[in-house]
Amino acid sequence: MASTSVLANVPHGPSKSSKAGFVPYIFLAPGFLLFLLTIIYPIFRALQISFYNWGVFPGSPSTFVGLHQYVREMHDPVFWRALENAAVYMVFTVPLQIIFGLAVAMLLVRKIPGRGLFRALFYIPVVTSWVVVSLLFKFLFSTDAGFVNWVLHSFLHLSSHNIGWLDTRWPSMITIGILGVWKGVGWSMLIFLAALMGVPDSLTEAAAIDGAGPWRSFFSVTLPSIRLTLSFVTIMLVIGSLNVFTSAFIMTGGGPQQQTEVVLSYMYHQAFQFLDFGYGSALAFTLAIIVFGISFVQMRLFRGGVTRVVR
Amino acid sequence: MIVGSKKRQITFRVLRYVTLIVGAAIMIIPFLYLFATSFKPQLYLFEIPPQFIPKHPTLSNYTDAWTSNSFGHYFANSVFVSVISTVFAALLSAMMAYAFARFNFKGQNIMFWLLLVGLMVPGMMLLIPQYLLANQLHLINSLIGLILFYVATNLAFNTFLLRGFFEEIPWELEEAMIMDGAGAFRRFWRLILPLSRPALATVGIFTFLACWDEYVWALTIINDPDKRTLPIAISVFQGQHLTNWGLVFAASTIAIVPVIVVFALFQRQFIRGLSADALKG
Repeated sequence: MASTSVLANVPHGPSKSSKAGFVPYIFLAPGFLLFLLTIIYPIFRALQISFYNWGVFPGSPSTFVGLHQYVREMHDPVFWRALENAAVYMVFTVPLQIIFGLAVAMLLVRKIPGRGLFRALFYIPVVTSWVVVSLLFKFLFSTDAGFVNWVLHSFLHLSSHNIGWLDTRWPSMITIGILGVWKGVGWSMLIFLAALMGVPDSLTEAAAIDGAGPWRSFFSVTLPSIRLTLSFVTIMLVIGSLNVFTSAFIMTGGGPQQQTEVVLSYMYHQAFQFLDFGYGSALAFTLAIIVFGISFVQMRLFRGGVTRVVR
Repeated sequence: MIVGSKKRQITFRVLRYVTLIVGAAIMIIPFLYLFATSFKPQLYLFEIPPQFIPKHPTLSNYTDAWTSNSFGHYFANSVFVSVISTVFAALLSAMMAYAFARFNFKGQNIMFWLLLVGLMVPGMMLLIPQYLLANQLHLINSLIGLILFYVATNLAFNTFLLRGFFEEIPWELEEAMIMDGAGAFRRFWRLILPLSRPALATVGIFTFLACWDEYVWALTIINDPDKRTLPIAISVFQGQHLTNWGLVFAASTIAIVPVIVVFALFQRQFIRGLSADALKG
């Protein structure tokens, strides 16, 4: 699967021109210079800006304030709430995407009639723009005449009243989470499907001959053989969920009273609404460090797990 | 015994399909409702019970969007930005991938790791410095500003994907061209690119969709209504005081139909390039 090899490959090649001279640099120059200017340089710039009280308007001075923006963050209840919301979103969406994605992949791994169609239907939300699906879910979850409330209240009678999904903090986070799971399941499904098709039939057949039932065979044969894919999907979903932005930004705008801010929506508001670039950069940099830290720990954990199995 | 297991197989099969159909319905019903709503006059948007087949279907949302809300113009902006970005992102990353796949050169490892960093950094983290950069380059409120940064953000992933593909192309083919006196650029243009059509298609589709759906960067640098792309235009329709959901969903339908068509036509290329989605967050 291309997915894991992208990160794992280090430069190598069967046969290369040895006396390359300046030729490779000509091939590299346009793309790599653009990349340095617009991606690498801004990384350092983001760190630099976070040490300043940044003057946004022409002529207004920027003053160096050291770690002040980071100290400010530690004492900012909205930052902690935004971080908590992003963490809750992660805890809600990552396991559900893995479970549902894997379940659908298991159902589709055999060549059954209609497999291509089902695969496509599950994948359509993945390719649809976040803006469109966020607006759509805002509409479906609206309080007085929304589709979801109609189903729960008038049709199934599960709720005695119409629920104000996007009016308060936790129902809003649940709604944003439901959207995240709904949109993301197709992605993990396809990755798992590719991995499952690589599991040799002989393994599961051998387990069946040894008397293992379907559950037993799933947990002791199938799951261990897709272990690498499982860790890849988990790491990717964790990174993606901590970076949640567009859905929260469009569905609640962080409101009411900044109750539903996630880290990036708070960063966006600080930077482009209050024009506080210094604080915004500190928020962005903090999130990046958290994401890198968690990814690093996960990679160590999963690698440990893999070697343990090999031994 | 055999009869029993056969019965069990049928039960499994039925259960499998029921589960799949329920799942697929959950995925698709929101889109059907969106589509239905786009044909309803404003008066009937919030019907109880909800109607999936409008009783008084109308095309007025579509004509409204297209004419009085200059949606055609935004559509053209989106096509322009996405197409140009895709072409340049594919070409520049193919050139880089060729250098990585076929040459040994000084700084190769450092450049490779820098690209990897670019692949892992969450895009929004760079929003503020990129905004300042765009401001310095006078690219605020400019479609070129969108294109430049869309090309840049797609370079790293495309380069990795294409490098892997180029390395699979037998070196002997290039050697034969070298015998005929062909330089590196000829080989790249006449041999590598034509042979890599499937990989280029994957890269192209992913880049195009990423640009077509991009929201945050456009939201940040575009204020001039004349320069809006589709995602911005749609979100602005919703932001108006009394939301005309019919209009929002007519616009959304216009924006997502090309995506679904492209997806249906190129499913295989999609699956090959999967990890792009996750890496772009």
